[in-house]
Amino acid sequence: MVWAKHDYDDIPGTYVFDGRRSAMGYPINKMCMSFNHDENRQEFNANPRAYCEKFGLSEEQTQAVLDNDWLRIVQLGGNIYYLAKLGIAGGGGTVQSMGAQMTGMTVDDFKAKLFAYREE
Amino acid sequence: MAQIVGGVITSHIPAIGNAITNKLQEDPYWKPLFDGYAKAREWMESVEPDIVVVVYNDHGLNFFLDKMPTFAIGAASEYHNADEGWGLATLHSFEGDIEFSWHLIEKMIPAGIDLTICQEMLIDHGFIVPMSVMWSHLPAWPVKAVPFAVNTVLMPVPTAQRCFDVGVELGKAIASYPEDKKVVIFGTGGMSHQLSGERAGFINKQFDRAYMDKIIDRPEELCRLTHTELIQQAGAEGIELIMWLVMRGALGKSVNVVHRNYELPISNTGSGIMVMEQA
Repeated sequence: MVWAKHDYDDIPGTYVFDGRRSAMGYPINKMCMSFNHDENRQEFNANPRAYCEKFGLSEEQTQAVLDNDWLRIVQLGGNIYYLAKLGIAGGGGTVQSMGAQMTGMTVDDFKAKLFAYREE
Repeated sequence: MAQIVGGVITSHIPAIGNAITNKLQEDPYWKPLFDGYAKAREWMESVEPDIVVVVYNDHGLNFFLDKMPTFAIGAASEYHNADEGWGLATLHSFEGDIEFSWHLIEKMIPAGIDLTICQEMLIDHGFIVPMSVMWSHLPAWPVKAVPFAVNTVLMPVPTAQRCFDVGVELGKAIASYPEDKKVVIFGTGGMSHQLSGERAGFINKQFDRAYMDKIIDRPEELCRLTHTELIQQAGAEGIELIMWLVMRGALGKSVNVVHRNYELPISNTGSGIMVMEQA
């Protein structure tokens, strides 16, 4: 059994969310989806590791969540639209601060980079 | 008969919703964006639509990855917003038009557009932000709404050409509704942005401007863009731009542009607004 190759697999710095990633990341994204309810956000914050276990995240996925390691979470199948809920729920970031972390920049430098596109 | 009085294409960035909630319209960062919507609002006041069809993607409020319809349409008398977990204020509900929704469904499915029918449907910021930029100054939404959701989250998403073709059938279905209703179609999302990976923060101003030019009179060129080309040139989440083609397909062969504006960066994106009428 093999996963099909796609021509979008080779776009640098880009993790296109497809069947392979969605299958791998399903527990992460399902956990994130639960954060639409405040009581679940509170339960996560009371014991993040236990909450990850409840949704069946692998040890590697759980550690990436506990570390707020966004690039790793994306590589392990997290999708940014669902991760945005985790960022808000756990206080670990906004879409913008996650983007900054994934590019190895400070939030201010990341914002400056966005503004620089005006000059192009 | 129902009449398509125009189409609006606009970004649906959640930060715009937060800026409205926090009344930041005059803030130096936000002012150019909101000023860019003033002419669109004036146009909307002049055409006074009865119904809006809003083409958008759900970001994890109504749909999850357990079941991901490629195209889904609302057929409810009311559509509620709810806590998205994104830190956005929950806004008040929209009134639907069930008979109109079912007319679209009964015309489009036999025409080959296999829609998922939703008699309950929560609407998220992808739907609401475009409504808010038009009508948040009013005490109530002045239109009935039909949500039309497109999967732009989980690959394979529909092709650009398929979105345009779906729009063509949507346009025909609207125009054949027997009641005298004025209808505006919203195509939402984009423009260029990438939210994750080492390429996060990617924006492509030239591509966005060219996309806004081509969608007027050369949409067939946009229909030929592959997913990979779109992701390369507009960023991973820039693929939302395919939803603009649903609206464009519905408007027919030629259009007049009433208004357009482009600002960047808005949050992590290039942000566009265009208003068009059938020529």
